[in-house]
Amino acid sequence: MSEGDGGGPLVEVRNVKKYFPIRKGILGREVAAVHAVDDVTFAVDEGETLGLVGESGCGKSTLGRTIVRLLEPTEGTVSFEGRDISRLGPRAMRPLRREMQMIFQDPYASLNPRKRVGSIIGMPLKIHGVEKSQRKARVQELLATVGLSPEHYNRFPHEFSGGQRQRIGVARALALSPKLIVADEPVSALDVSIQSQMLNLLDDLQRELKLTYIFIAHDLGVVRHVSDRIAVMYLGKLVELSPAEDLYERPIMPYTEALLSAVPIPDPDLSHARERIVLEGDVPSPINPPSGCRFHPRCRYMTEICKEVEPPLVDYGRSHYAACHHPLNVDRETLERAKVSSRHTPAAADESAKPRDSSGRSDPVPGR
Amino acid sequence: MAERLIEVEDLKVQFATEDGLVRAVDGVSFELGRGEVLGIVGESGSGKSVTAMTLLGLTRDRNTRFEGAVRYKGRSVLEMDEGELEQVRGNEMSMIFQDPMTSLNPVYTIGAQICEAIQIHERADKGVARRRAIELLGQVGIPNPDQRVDNYPHEFSGGMRQRAMIAMALACNPDVLIADEPTTALDVTIQAQIIELIDRLKDEFNSAVILITHDLGVVADVADEIVVMYAGRVVERAKTRQLFYDPQHPYTWGLLGSIPRLDRPRQERLHSIKGTPPSLIRMPDGCKFRPRCPHAFNKCMDEPDLVNRVEEPNHLDRCWLAPDEKRKLRLPTLAGEDEAAA
Repeated sequence: MSEGDGGGPLVEVRNVKKYFPIRKGILGREVAAVHAVDDVTFAVDEGETLGLVGESGCGKSTLGRTIVRLLEPTEGTVSFEGRDISRLGPRAMRPLRREMQMIFQDPYASLNPRKRVGSIIGMPLKIHGVEKSQRKARVQELLATVGLSPEHYNRFPHEFSGGQRQRIGVARALALSPKLIVADEPVSALDVSIQSQMLNLLDDLQRELKLTYIFIAHDLGVVRHVSDRIAVMYLGKLVELSPAEDLYERPIMPYTEALLSAVPIPDPDLSHARERIVLEGDVPSPINPPSGCRFHPRCRYMTEICKEVEPPLVDYGRSHYAACHHPLNVDRETLERAKVSSRHTPAAADESAKPRDSSGRSDPVPGR
Repeated sequence: MAERLIEVEDLKVQFATEDGLVRAVDGVSFELGRGEVLGIVGESGSGKSVTAMTLLGLTRDRNTRFEGAVRYKGRSVLEMDEGELEQVRGNEMSMIFQDPMTSLNPVYTIGAQICEAIQIHERADKGVARRRAIELLGQVGIPNPDQRVDNYPHEFSGGMRQRAMIAMALACNPDVLIADEPTTALDVTIQAQIIELIDRLKDEFNSAVILITHDLGVVADVADEIVVMYAGRVVERAKTRQLFYDPQHPYTWGLLGSIPRLDRPRQERLHSIKGTPPSLIRMPDGCKFRPRCPHAFNKCMDEPDLVNRVEEPNHLDRCWLAPDEKRKLRLPTLAGEDEAAA
């Protein structure tokens, strides 16, 4: 992986771990830790959109926050434009904060109800020392960019609908012309009809402003629409990483299969005909994650090895990686050619445990 | 038809506010029979939740005005006094709310909250109520219900809290279960579980279900009939297959078209309904959807009635366009093409 600005990835996440200690007693002794992100490695290229998918509690938001350095990784490194930013102090981070911004899930909670729209969007400009005289013009320009009217400058957040508020959140994120935007479930609080407006807007902005997105969501239907590549996380681990369309055509990890089969299809006959893989129960506790493959207690293809050995991330070609002992949708030939990726595989996994057999074909998305 | 449990006839609910009269529900009619699932679909502010809450008498207030009729087993809900309403609520009709985080009391155990519902309506002693609560938690798929019954809401995950809410709603074997966006705050995987659970319990408890959502995809699999609401009115009402395969109202097309579809090739841009729903205080003249409708023409300045325009008998819609025209016009929208780009 090249260093510096010579065409390397914009963001590189290497063996990142984020543990939250659980302390007890008057001495604050650490008795356990929440393994929110556990040895994840991937890179995001400039202008690309990486979708980060998984259920609540899988660590996707924690990872997103670690990337923009709202959190400091426990281990591993996060590089931005080839520079390791994971240990930088607040002062050193400040100029970098211009380059990376976040859009939050809840358009009701993420805007200060007592501030006017103009001051909400202008805040990042103020912090970064933009002159007051220039701020107003810039904010009005931003309002227009996100499809609001410049006249909304003096209004309060409560005067806007959920979708419009989310646009305000986007305008604020864009204020400093960042390179990277981490969007944490930006549409899941919105009505379906408003969701599509928002997704189109994010798409337009990316093209116009050459943005790079990390798009965090739990709904693979929405993610497919915006992403170039998709990373699936489960209980702090990266379990599948693939170009977007390839993930839908041949999900390899059974967890991805289950996620796909849960996305509703607005067609009664197709919906009725397809097999729903209903995952039993909830995501287990990240304090004491299951041994071996963390998905094994909920997996329908589970065998003995899954309980004992953590599977390595295997490269199945076409930049499609997955961590599973019983992969789906791979033929014998692909399986023989597949190589364990030492770059992506966590240290705790067994690099020699390359899967030997496939669990067969699966097409959780019918009708295509 | 199955035993008719609920009849809503030309219901209007209006709230007097400082800014003017809010016409939250403006002429809604539907019926619901035992064993049926009715989907009510629409955007925020379309009046779907107010309709549901009115069924339980939860919108009563001195600033609220009602017109029309709501009947439960032939009895007028709008005319019941508080005592009668209390008998009906939770006992014969019960409701599951959108946000399981805020609709459970954080300082009582899950078990205590379910027992409360049982003891209000039935003469059950503590032991009986507790046993029933454990049984209910088991029925809604909570593992180790005999231990979990003593947990507090914060010890449950989002999906489990919603299951606990469902257990509470089912505590007295209600005839009608109203679920108001029961899955919106949940992950897709949990959403699939909850919808399946509601569908299964409907059969086990032989009740009727009203499922309120903004996402047509959610009800495709379970609803028997669907009512599409816009600005307080029903704009289309049909059997589920009929609504999905022969939708008549441009708003329904828009809702269908804006869902990113996994069963189709990926699109460059998603279809979206332009603009936002109108203010319920100052509604547009004529058809309420006209300002956002790409197919509006001069006739739309008069509001169309909700009538049957297609061969299918129980398929009603509120649009002036002729069915043949619609079949042509809706194609790009249903394919999810973006109008702004075209």
